[in-house]
Amino acid sequence: MNLGHEVALVAGKDLRIERRARVTLQQILPFGAIVLLLFAFALDPDRGVLRRVAPGLFWVAVLLALLLAVSRSFTIEIENGARDALRLSGLDPAAIFLGKAAAIAVQLAILEALLAIGVVVLFDVALSSVGVLVLATVVATVGLAATGTLYGVLAAGLRMRETLVPVLLLPVVAPVLLGATRAWEAAIDGPASDAWPWIGVLGVFAVLAVGAGMLAFGPLLEEA
Amino acid sequence: MQPIVRLRSAVCLLGRFPALAGVDLDADEGEVVLLSGGNGAGKTTLLRMIAGLVPVHSGEAVVLGHDLTRDRRSHRAQVALVGHETGCYDDLTAAENVEFAVGAAGRDRADVAPALDAVGLAPLADVPHGRMSAGQRRRLSLAIAVARAPRLLLLDEPHAGLDAEGRAVLDGLLTSARDDGRTVLIASHELDRARALADREVVLTAGQAHGALDARGRAVVPT
Amino acid sequence: MTLLKPDVGRAIGWAALAALVVLALFGLWGAPPDDVQGDAQRLMYLHVPAAWIAYLAFAVTAIASALWLWPRTRSMVWDRIAGASAELGVLFTALTLLLGSLWGRPVWGVWWAWDARLVTTAVLLFLYIGYLALRRVPAAPDTRAKRCAIAALIAFVDVPIVHFSVTWWRTLHQEATVFDPELKANIHGVMAFTLWWGVLAFSLLYVYLLDRRYRLEALEEDLEAKELEQAIAERVAGAGTSAARPQEEVPVA
Repeated sequence: MNLGHEVALVAGKDLRIERRARVTLQQILPFGAIVLLLFAFALDPDRGVLRRVAPGLFWVAVLLALLLAVSRSFTIEIENGARDALRLSGLDPAAIFLGKAAAIAVQLAILEALLAIGVVVLFDVALSSVGVLVLATVVATVGLAATGTLYGVLAAGLRMRETLVPVLLLPVVAPVLLGATRAWEAAIDGPASDAWPWIGVLGVFAVLAVGAGMLAFGPLLEEA
Repeated sequence: MQPIVRLRSAVCLLGRFPALAGVDLDADEGEVVLLSGGNGAGKTTLLRMIAGLVPVHSGEAVVLGHDLTRDRRSHRAQVALVGHETGCYDDLTAAENVEFAVGAAGRDRADVAPALDAVGLAPLADVPHGRMSAGQRRRLSLAIAVARAPRLLLLDEPHAGLDAEGRAVLDGLLTSARDDGRTVLIASHELDRARALADREVVLTAGQAHGALDARGRAVVPT
Repeated sequence: MTLLKPDVGRAIGWAALAALVVLALFGLWGAPPDDVQGDAQRLMYLHVPAAWIAYLAFAVTAIASALWLWPRTRSMVWDRIAGASAELGVLFTALTLLLGSLWGRPVWGVWWAWDARLVTTAVLLFLYIGYLALRRVPAAPDTRAKRCAIAALIAFVDVPIVHFSVTWWRTLHQEATVFDPELKANIHGVMAFTLWWGVLAFSLLYVYLLDRRYRLEALEEDLEAKELEQAIAERVAGAGTSAARPQEEVPVA
């Protein structure tokens, strides 16, 4: 069984479960939208302010949604002892990592697309340079999904999982928040070419995150 | 012939507690070995250790030719463990769960239907795991184990939660497993039923194995 | 049981104390007040060394974690060092931020500034705190060591990325020059000496504290190992004294 097949198998399994349970659509997406709304309540509703900070608010909402997505991704493995089954299954741990990360990435992507619409509508933002915007978002999402999956497995099975993952994950993905926000700002306001260096940072982060995940997921999965 | 399982003075820790405090155990190919013993004796830990899920703290442990103290992963593809939890996903149907396990083991999708038939779950193939009863879930576990066609089958209290029909299914599976030359270790409280099928019995008390009995109930000293 | 020989450890402790006293003397009197910032600038002699030691502690945690993960060098010694150094790292990082804040207030008029270094240090603090939280989760020693080692290495690789992104972010905004404080080539003479002395003093303090914390950790593990041996012995003994299973001659079939 080659790696690609195994990755597709695991990702397919997670996405099929999501299609049935609809947790992303029915719970995580509303959560993201509510976060955007709350920001509007908390900040000066003067449209000017919201428009300026919209990229940052968008990405903060995505980060918080990531926490939920990661939590959900590993809850299904813990529920009926599926984690042990995965260990015994014969699947390459790197494939399990890539599969789960891919599933989280897809769910995040759907979430981001819908939240972006929310940002356009609520914060009166005009999205331009959509190509750059999408590229930055895709690269950022890869990094977020990979890092999230890594910390998800690290904390899986720990009783304090729910509070531990945010404390561990959020500082580590701070550069993604920074880079993605700046890239969005460049795409929307400034010259789109300003976004490229930030996309570079996001790219480096994504590559390192995927690499680290492929190496560390196996050992971390083992520790029951 | 090298035994499929060979343990000598194996110690296994659960956190800081010595769940197994020096176990000697042998199992030859094609044997059905019954593990009996009270609650807390360490039966579950023993099976999990043999499956390679928990590390061997000290002692000797060789399973399917692999030294578990060095590498407890390589042999897993040839082992199936049916434990207290099913390892399935609530939102997937019975067929989908078996399909995933089969796919992960690199086996053919065609193995799914026969496996469900073998445990009598064919009518429930499209029922999500989350909506199955305990007995049905247990049977699903067994179906997955069957589909993986392991050389070593580990069963942890498989009779629990099964109705009469389920037990018949289980007996059938054990018989055909033995016929296929698979080695079976079964931990059970259902001593009457299990003894009928077992070649040998090993008793676990407080993390140590004692008094193996052969098919005639006479003490056999492990080599 | 200890990183350093007891004599050496004690000597370093005294040396650290002496060095800190000397630092205080130089910092408070020996070095001249700054032309622009006045006496407030003296906090630099604590703040900068604290920052360097914070980063040092972090690096030590990462290196020790890597050494633990590498099978050939695996030893609980590295795990203990990683944990002890991380605790000191939190201490010195928090100290750095506090001192920076105290320094910033009179000089910049604010308790905090979004200066690249401060922000990176703040993220560093949170990375460490996460590591310590992970360390507190009860687990078998090997399990905990592995989990923490991986987390430490990920955090370590993350720091340069954070530093780079934040620095670049802040340099794009021209306000950065306002908050471009202190040193670099500007200080020399007594001020430079005091600064370096500060680094030395803090380094000695770090080594001393690391040794003490290490010892504490080793003692705790020792205690747990003894309790484990006892538990095993009890379990074995308990099996012997309970009535041997009745060897009934009952046919199994």
